[in-house]
Amino acid sequence: MFGNLSDRLSDTFKNLRGKGRLSASDIDATLRDIRRALLEADVALEVVKDFIASIRERALGDEVSKALNPAQQVVQIVNDELTMILGKENKRIQFAKSPPTVIMLAGLQGSGKTTLAGKLAKWLKEQNQTPILVAADLQRPNAVTQLQVLGEKVGVPVFAPELGNGVGNPIKVAKDAIAHAKKAQFSVVIVDTAGRLGVDEEMMSQAIGIRDAVNPDEILFVVDSMLGQDAVNVAKAFKDGVGVTGIVLTKLDGDSRGGAALSVANITGAPILFSSTGEGLDAFEPFYPERMASRILDMGDVVSLIEQAQKSFDEEESKILADKIANEQFTLQDFLEQMQQLRKMGSMKSLLGMLPGAGKMKQQLENFDESEIARTEAIIFSMTPLERNGPKVLNGSRRQRIAKGSGTSVTEVNQLVNRFEQAAKVMKTMSKGGIPNIPGTNPVAMGGAVGGGYIGGKKSSKKKKGSKSGNPAKRAAENQGLSVSQPQESKPGSAFGVQN
Amino acid sequence: MFKFLKRLRDKDADAQSEVAEIDTGRKDSGPTEGSEPELLAVELPKRSLGSGIRSLFSDSMSIDELEDVLILADFGVETAAEITAELRREANKQGATTDPELRLLLKDLLSKRLGRNDSALNLDDGKLPYVILVVGVNGAGKTTTIGKLARWLKDGDWEVVLGAADTYRAAAVDQLETWAKRADCLIVKPAKEGADPASVAYQAVEMAISTEADIAIIDTAGRLQNKKDLMDELGKIRRAIEKQVKISEVLLVIDATNGQNAMSQVRAFTEVAAVTGIVMTKLDGTAKGGILYALQKELDLPIKLVGVGEQINDFAFFSPEEFAKGLVAKK
Repeated sequence: MFGNLSDRLSDTFKNLRGKGRLSASDIDATLRDIRRALLEADVALEVVKDFIASIRERALGDEVSKALNPAQQVVQIVNDELTMILGKENKRIQFAKSPPTVIMLAGLQGSGKTTLAGKLAKWLKEQNQTPILVAADLQRPNAVTQLQVLGEKVGVPVFAPELGNGVGNPIKVAKDAIAHAKKAQFSVVIVDTAGRLGVDEEMMSQAIGIRDAVNPDEILFVVDSMLGQDAVNVAKAFKDGVGVTGIVLTKLDGDSRGGAALSVANITGAPILFSSTGEGLDAFEPFYPERMASRILDMGDVVSLIEQAQKSFDEEESKILADKIANEQFTLQDFLEQMQQLRKMGSMKSLLGMLPGAGKMKQQLENFDESEIARTEAIIFSMTPLERNGPKVLNGSRRQRIAKGSGTSVTEVNQLVNRFEQAAKVMKTMSKGGIPNIPGTNPVAMGGAVGGGYIGGKKSSKKKKGSKSGNPAKRAAENQGLSVSQPQESKPGSAFGVQN
Repeated sequence: MFKFLKRLRDKDADAQSEVAEIDTGRKDSGPTEGSEPELLAVELPKRSLGSGIRSLFSDSMSIDELEDVLILADFGVETAAEITAELRREANKQGATTDPELRLLLKDLLSKRLGRNDSALNLDDGKLPYVILVVGVNGAGKTTTIGKLARWLKDGDWEVVLGAADTYRAAAVDQLETWAKRADCLIVKPAKEGADPASVAYQAVEMAISTEADIAIIDTAGRLQNKKDLMDELGKIRRAIEKQVKISEVLLVIDATNGQNAMSQVRAFTEVAAVTGIVMTKLDGTAKGGILYALQKELDLPIKLVGVGEQINDFAFFSPEEFAKGLVAKK
């Protein structure tokens, strides 16, 4: 029934795009659409009202009427305003001048505080900090155990003198934790607290008690990105209660699109510091306001995508692969490994969702069957090393055997081999710095470019002519036409088994 | 009140006479074969919504502001507009203008919209054990809901087995175990972390059968509805259970503080897990749960339970009338 905010806004802008000049009624119609879109995306009503009012004011002003392309200008204004609310630049955690830095987590029940504590600890450890986790949620059954398990997984000690389950004083635990951290010279203390409702005065004063006991450098308000209109009440209650110095958005890997981000950022005035994007302990990244704004405006999130890819692809392997591609030694074995790498980056769908114009590919995305990857894997696993290294030996009887072994059909085996050959071709072209133009494939959308292209380009990007960006994924994106004014009817290609 | 059928045990002998009158007229749905367990109709302790719901209106009610008020309560743009138009029409027709008149009109209208009054759990076909599968996104309140439900059933003298099929989240099993202790019921746990949830579900049902328990409640890991692999896993859990018995209820737990995304949750879970009823949690906060009206309109699923706190008794069976009353109440 409802498309996401991105879809709606791109529909709205499509109507504007054709116009040379905008009338006041054009603007009002557009603003009505934007208002509705924002509300359907769960942006809180009072935030929407302010937002619309300021866009209207700017849009009716000189800014637009004198502009060469008014539709573009409205897009710009909406984008500016979004970015303004979400924060202009990506903010960082405030570290204390003399350690330990104390970070206190607060939020509603089930917003994801404990999981986040684990992720944050891991991330800090990777930043060469020495964090310690503090189990001050003595309310929820086994919240303490959960934190201990997470601590063990990420290799960070957990201060947990009380077992919880309704027993123990969290304020005392927090206080003791700070003394312990100072003595044992931990650089960061992360205090996990119980989930609490904004209206629960008793629990809120407990949170204030914890705050006063630990004197935190950061009070991070952990917000479920699926939060609805209640975001306003909740944000006000936490801001006026325990106080908020920063926001973390969780469950951003879901299909809700950040309405709560706008509401909470606007109400608390605090910067959004991190976003949490999955259940794995790595699914955690700094929050980039400008990316979020362009995500909402359907300009894609190419930068995030590329960074995610960089993290998952092992550098060494990439180099070897790049050489192989350049020397035409790219084999099915590599194809398989690369696919597995891609998988590490997260679900294909969420990956594809970050690409520009992805809103337009929504239908195809819905149809994209991740089990296709599993089938491809099965087929390659059924091949001998000889076959994997040189698919040219694959004659009829070999193909039949592989089909049997993998529980697929000869047709599927044939399809895979064809796709592999196409992908190899794509990558070869990419590694030479060109943009391949193979019907049925989209270098941006699929692994051919995200994986191979990135790898190939890394080696040779600077020398190549005609490329705007050193990063092929980015470059391809540029060539695809990243701006809102040139939407691409892109389809996911078939290099890795997507069939439309 | 609701009638349920459960296994007749020796220790129930005394209780039997007390509930004998309720038992009448249930013979037709009871078992006829000699090998089937004898069943007893029981009435479970009642829980009511009470003062759990906060009113939509902090001040006097006005039709002009109603649409915004409804939007603020997560009814969604479309449903809010519809209800406002409908109220306006009815108010004109009936000449309702005063605050109490308008509130009454709105209450009737809201109550009618959630017309299905079948919050009773389907625990009466006599084929024991009944299996309740609990699903939902991360942090919705599945495990807590199960704890409350188990205790309530236990209070009604039912034997309950819990299945800890959330093998993913750290310490989820321990959390359920704590609830199992509080509710005094058996729990089947995975052999190790990350074990196959379907096999845990299977074993829990197996345990329920072998211990002649009345009910097995299966907890599952939270999953966001757009994760295909995780959603497919739910299908697998379902199939594993149904190798042994039919599933009586698949309850989808929704967090009242979630906004319009709840719609997407219900759609996806219904498709994969054949949801039979909704549980809405965290209604003790400032969230109003207006999304229920939009959900009902599109999917026609009964709302079974609501969660109104963290304590073991903090839940109620849903009643459209009570819920609507709470929403329009003059506080």
